Parts: sequence; structure tokens; C-alpha cells
Amino acid sequence: MLTVEKLTVAYDDTPVFADVAVNFNASKITGIIGPNGAGKSTLIKAILGLIKPKTGTVLYQDQPIKAVQKQIAYVEQRKDLDLTFPIDVFDLVVTGTYGKLGLFKSPGKKEKAAAKAALSQVSLSEFAHRQISQLSGGQLQRVFVARAIVQEADVIILDEPFVGIDLQSETAIMAILKAWRDAGKTIIVIHHDLNKVTSYFDDLVILNHGIIDYGPTADVYNATNIERAFSADLSSVLFEKGGVQ
Amino acid sequence: MASLSEFIGALGRYDFLQSALITAIMVGVMSGIIGSFIILRGMSLMGDAISHAVLPGVAVAYMFGFNLLIGASVFGILAALLIGFVASHSKIKTDTSIGVVFSAFYALGFILISMVESSTNLHHILFGNILAVSDNDIMTTAVVLGIVIMFVVTFYKELLVISFDETFGRTYGLPVQVFHYALMLVLTLVTVSALQTVGIILVVAMLITPAATAFLWTNNLKVMLVLASILGAISASVGLYLSYTLNWASGPAIVLVAATMFLTSFIVSPKQAFLKWPSKKAVK
Repeated sequence: MLTVEKLTVAYDDTPVFADVAVNFNASKITGIIGPNGAGKSTLIKAILGLIKPKTGTVLYQDQPIKAVQKQIAYVEQRKDLDLTFPIDVFDLVVTGTYGKLGLFKSPGKKEKAAAKAALSQVSLSEFAHRQISQLSGGQLQRVFVARAIVQEADVIILDEPFVGIDLQSETAIMAILKAWRDAGKTIIVIHHDLNKVTSYFDDLVILNHGIIDYGPTADVYNATNIERAFSADLSSVLFEKGGVQ
Repeated sequence: MASLSEFIGALGRYDFLQSALITAIMVGVMSGIIGSFIILRGMSLMGDAISHAVLPGVAVAYMFGFNLLIGASVFGILAALLIGFVASHSKIKTDTSIGVVFSAFYALGFILISMVESSTNLHHILFGNILAVSDNDIMTTAVVLGIVIMFVVTFYKELLVISFDETFGRTYGLPVQVFHYALMLVLTLVTVSALQTVGIILVVAMLITPAATAFLWTNNLKVMLVLASILGAISASVGLYLSYTLNWASGPAIVLVAATMFLTSFIVSPKQAFLKWPSKKAVK
């Protein structure tokens, strides 16, 4: 279990959220939903140690996150990357092995075999030697999922993995998330498309500058919570048949 | 214009020309390698800044008679730290912070140099004086080349990650700041070595132009590193030849050769696709 306790994050003294407490369970796919600017990315960046919280702790199996960093994989938003970088798909996936290799060791046969297998899992074997800008958005996202596969992490955190990608890639990625879940891993996904919430996520965290509610999707995905996090209009569209008048 | 055979003959006769060629080639190789990382990290301006910021270190080293590399390294790293500090502790953006810090260092360097009497020639520091390379200089350059190659071979993975996807590195616990400053330190060493060949003002061209040319031809980082160092070495030797035969200043001659190769690549390389190649699809 990944436990977040009393987490407060602020940018220049403007708090994004305060005293957040939430648990993420193993063998579950947990979705994080909330309106734009609700602090979804900030929450996972604080969990990953990419931003320093004002207060609070993040524990994975009762250990501070710094101590188990190599057990956590992060699939970030693609827009922040330089796609002209001279690297091909295969070499990008191999970078996933770097964390556990440590300094002074180069990827060898074992690491390359793992990268090859991961590429085949995301059905991109034939693209191994393409430069990364020659892929579609969905293919590229699958490459980053393949990198997370070779990281062999216990916790996988994905930030908006389905934005701007084709349905085939989305289905392929979802299948991998489910396979990870069935292998006992903890999967955390920031998500924006409320339509698929019930079919994609076992657990749900609803966020808007603080936790609105969290728990099994069936329990917390309801009109009241969506109204509190988003708006009454959206809530009525989603939960009352026929929608708003 | 003297022919190539005359140049080669002169190489055999004059030790100073041999030393110049050896040094220039070594500098070309090391700047191609480090320059590749500089351009991939979008730090061309930082390369320029560090190369100018070493000037006070050079002056202080002359004043007190210790090794240039030490004086320059201290000021190069100081500048890198100060740029990082100002950018992260204020609302000022990094490029502005770079501009403020490096111009201040450069100005300080000018004043210090003018206080140093006699032997030091500001003109040579600014534009290089490749024909005055001593045996000691060759040794120093060789040591720096060794450091550069060892650094990049040993930490290739880490340098790739901090250049391509720093966030990813931080999530698995890579000390990205340490590698950033290590790269800045090595950059400083390269800068000082290149001082003698091309001078402070043109160091940035040696760092960036061969690497940028290599970038236009390959999608593989290892190939880019090798290609950039070969192009750096070619620029250095052809530039020196032109400098010798046409009596041009060595620094500008070397840089113009590098720029010519870049221009040619810009026009014909398939990656740039400036000229449309009929059979291949544009890469971009």
C-alpha cells in the first residue's frame, strides 16, 4: 500500500492542497480525477519526490519513498519531451533498465532482451529502430509504457496516458495496466475522461484542491462527489438520464 | 596559396606547426563530444556563458603564476553555480540569469587582464594563438581530452538521461544536479583548452557548430558523438591549414571551416530535408 499522510504542497506560498491523506492499494488500478488545476499532477509529483511538499509523508509499504524509489515507475506527459533527440524506440525502452543497473554498468544482453520483450508486449517490435519523432502519439505513449515495463516497478504512476492517442493504443495500454494489476502491482492513473471511469478504475480518488472523496469506484463515483469536484451541470449530465434541460 | 604538400612539408620542418595541429585536433575532438551534450540539452547559451566566464580565472592564474586550468575551472564552476542559484531563487528566467552573470564575469576578467603586466596578450586570449602552443600546453590538452573521453564513456547512460529526460532520471533517484555540474566542470576544462586554439570569443562555435552539423546527419547519440568529434577535428586541421597558407587568424579560420560544413549539411542532409529527396520521406 502506498500511503500519503498530511501532504501539503504550495507554489510560492499559494497552497495547491493541504493535509491530503489518501491510500493507494496494491492489485488495484486507481484513477485520480478532478477539474483542471485541481492539483492532480502536483499530487503525483509530490508522491514521486519531484516536488518538495511543505509538510507530510509518503510511504510505500511503510518505507519512505526515497528508499524505494527504484520500485516506482512514472509515465509522464509526453508534451514535455524533446522528440528530435537522437534516440530510437529501442534505446528509449532500454533506459528503463538504467535505474536498477546503477552507475558504472552498461545494459547487457539481459537488459536488451527485456526491452525487446516489452516492445513486443506493446506490439511495436517493428518500430524498434525508428527515431521517436516518427511515431504517432499513441505509439509513443506505448513506448513509454514499454519503458515502464522494463523498470519492473511495483508502483506505476501514469499522468494522463490516454490524452490525444488512438483507440487501439488506449486499449493496448489498458490491457497492460490490467495485467500489472493482476500481478499485484499498484497502478495510479491521472485521468480526465469521466465517461470511462467506471470501466477503467477499481478505485477512485476525486480531487479538487484537496480530497473530495476516495475509495472503490462504485462507492465514490456518484452525483454528489462529482458535483462537489466539478459542477452541478456536469454531475447532472453524467448521472441523470436525459441530461440537463 | 600554398599547396597542401607545402603545408605538409612545413609540418615536418616546424615543431610549432606540429604542436599546433596536434592541439587543434584534440580540441576539435573534445569540443565535438561535449558540444553534443550542450546542444541536446538546449544549453548553447550556457556554453557561451561558461566560455566567457572563465576569463577572470585566466587572469588570476597569470597573476599568481598557477595553472590556467585551475583558475578557469574555479570561475567556470562559480559562474555555473551562480547562474543556477539566481535562476532558482528568483523569478528571473535562466537565460536572463546567464546574461547577467556571464557579462559580469567577462567584464571582471577584462579589468583583471589589463592589470596583468607584459607577457599576457589579451588579443591572444580572445582570438587564440595556436602557433604559440608549448609542449606543456599539449600535455594539458591531452589530459583534458582523456578526462572528457573517460567522463563520457563512464557516464554515457547518465548523460543520455539528463539530456533527454531529466524528470525520468529524478524519478529513479539519479542525482541530476550532480551530473549537471560535473558536465559544467568538464565544459570549463574544454573551454580553457580551446582558448589557445580559437580564443574565448569563438569557443562556443567549436562546441556548437560541429555538434549541430552531426545532429543533422544521425538519429543515434553514439554516432552523433563520434561524428561531431570527427567534424571538430577536420575543422581544426583544415582551419589551421588555411590559417598557415593564407595568413588568417587561426580561430576564425577554424570556425569558418566548421560553419561551411554546417551550411553544406543544412542544405543537403536528409534529416533537414531542405532539399527534398525524392525517395525518402521527410524525417521531421
